[in-house]
Amino acid sequence: MSSWTPRELLRRLRSGDEIAHLITLICASSILLVTSMLVYQLWVNSQLPRHEFGWHFFATSVWDPVFEHFGALPFIYGTVVTSFLALLIAVPFGLGAAIFLSELAPRKLSDTFAFAIDLLAAVPSVIYGLLGIFIIVPIMRTVVEPALKKTLGFLPFFKGPAYGVGFLAAGVVLAIMIVPFIIAVSREVLLVVPQDQREAAMALGATRWEATWKVVVPYARTGILGSVFLALARALGETMAVTMVIGNDPKISSSLFSPGYTIAAVIANEFKEATGDLYLQSLVELGLVLFLLTFVLNGLARILIVATEQRGGPAH
Amino acid sequence: MKKTLALFIVTLLFPLTALVLRAKPAHLAPARTPSPDTVLINGAGATFPYPMYSKWFDEYRKVHTDVQINYQSIGSGGGIRQIIAGTVDFGASDGPMTEEQIKQFKNARGTNILHFPTVLGADVPTYNIAGVKGELNFTQKALAGIYLGTITKWNDPEIAGANKGVALPGDDIVVIHRSDGSGTTYIWTDYLSKVSDEWKNKVGKGTSVNWPVGLGGQGNEGVTGLVKQTPNSIGYVELIYAIQNNIPYGRVRNSAGVFAKANLSGVSTAAAEAAKSMPDDFRVSITDAPGKGAYPISSFTWLLIPDRIADATKKKAITDFLRWMLTDGQKDCEGLAYARLPQEVVAKEMKAISQIQ
Repeated sequence: MSSWTPRELLRRLRSGDEIAHLITLICASSILLVTSMLVYQLWVNSQLPRHEFGWHFFATSVWDPVFEHFGALPFIYGTVVTSFLALLIAVPFGLGAAIFLSELAPRKLSDTFAFAIDLLAAVPSVIYGLLGIFIIVPIMRTVVEPALKKTLGFLPFFKGPAYGVGFLAAGVVLAIMIVPFIIAVSREVLLVVPQDQREAAMALGATRWEATWKVVVPYARTGILGSVFLALARALGETMAVTMVIGNDPKISSSLFSPGYTIAAVIANEFKEATGDLYLQSLVELGLVLFLLTFVLNGLARILIVATEQRGGPAH
Repeated sequence: MKKTLALFIVTLLFPLTALVLRAKPAHLAPARTPSPDTVLINGAGATFPYPMYSKWFDEYRKVHTDVQINYQSIGSGGGIRQIIAGTVDFGASDGPMTEEQIKQFKNARGTNILHFPTVLGADVPTYNIAGVKGELNFTQKALAGIYLGTITKWNDPEIAGANKGVALPGDDIVVIHRSDGSGTTYIWTDYLSKVSDEWKNKVGKGTSVNWPVGLGGQGNEGVTGLVKQTPNSIGYVELIYAIQNNIPYGRVRNSAGVFAKANLSGVSTAAAEAAKSMPDDFRVSITDAPGKGAYPISSFTWLLIPDRIADATKKKAITDFLRWMLTDGQKDCEGLAYARLPQEVVAKEMKAISQIQ
């Protein structure tokens, strides 16, 4: 790069390569531009509560639009709990299904299933919400929650009345929503593990399962982790399906049977009718909090992926 | 060369098709294209009266073909915000504007805002109790206690005392409320604030409040769905919704001591009784209205109109519409299950229209 004058640049742009470079650079930076505009808008439009509440916003559990006391804690708790519960349920199922489809199923069956799963991933979330209300919530209330209470009722997670709606129902609905993502991506990643890895393992005396679980899956670890974090990102932002089954009560409780609230759900519910600047801007600040939460979790994902990459997997 | 030719022909097809399609025969053109001298009026706000307003604006257009009124039901909060910002000619809200919002309007637009009640709405308590088929009576204290969480069981003396002869179970009450901000919640909490000091100090009234107990459902549909599914539950829904969907609901004791079952005439009576002491700006709550025939959980919904409109044609269109709405428009109310304004209020509003300059 000798000189940055416009004349120099225009001269260098004569080759097709340089033009392509410039166009793709503009595309990439436009994404960054949109993201920074988003953050800027969230920041500027949440000015009132940031000055009014400061850091107390993160420590207060009250959400009172009438007396204008706002706190983000119940929503952060709800978002994190439902998302991690969803991961807890979805990852074993998803990974198991992906392993079956990539290693153990005949190719044709695997491809058909994969197609069906891709369709599932495209279903709008409102449909999952309806599935939640009409099927999952009644099952929770009449079958699952009483059963859990009877067997594991001594744990703090399974105490309290069984309404049907609540953290558990929301976690289950979210798990159903994010499982297709985990399966689709993990299956792809497992399929591209080189065949010689499997053959080498079996040559050393491993059984089919040992080869899969101890060699193939760790090799694809990075991609699988990536799929899990993709699923987590979807779960964090999910709005409609969650608000239909979580009970919409901004309370923090250790019991999974109790109703809760998430950031996305409260914004969807209250934004339209919010009167008063402080109220509106507090909802915007909640949006900013969700953005930061997603950002932090994705950052952790990056670190985790880098860390596991260094310990094994594809040879560098 | 062949490729380029093909690409050229394909590219030509687009403008050619556009040219061909432009020549549309006259009878296929839309029926109501606004002519240059059509007055276009924009409004936005409350969702509760949207079906009524929709019908009114349509009917009015048939009578006055040169006036087109456009309404977007973005919510009461949105309506208030847009009228303050001046992006619409009128707003609509299920709750009256607060002093602060009126001041904001005055600062932003330099004039005062007027409230015009249009129709009435009401909330009814709906419930799902094992073994209870008929209508339950609810006292003011019962409803307040249930929603405050101080009354926790169905066979509490406050409820049982008003329902002698009904076998109420000793189960816990599951309270259901709205999760989304809504005029329905405003009416309910306004009523509870009037009949219970504890509610007024602890929770207050608003389109969204900090509910002491209960699960939240989205919209009337969400609340009804949750009540139907959850045993021993109670929730509140709009009267219109209950009527149109045949949802059973209970009676509420009014300030005269009568257990009133909500219907359109009871709601209008509430407004008529309250009209006697109504302030001139119509910013009044008519919950817990006096009178034997009044249904206590009723409320107005208002149109928000600035008292000075610069454009003379718009001003004439709006004032004409208001007069039409108060006379001919009210006839359409019952058809859509809205309660009409009582004569006392209509007379007062007719006089108030002259305030628009």
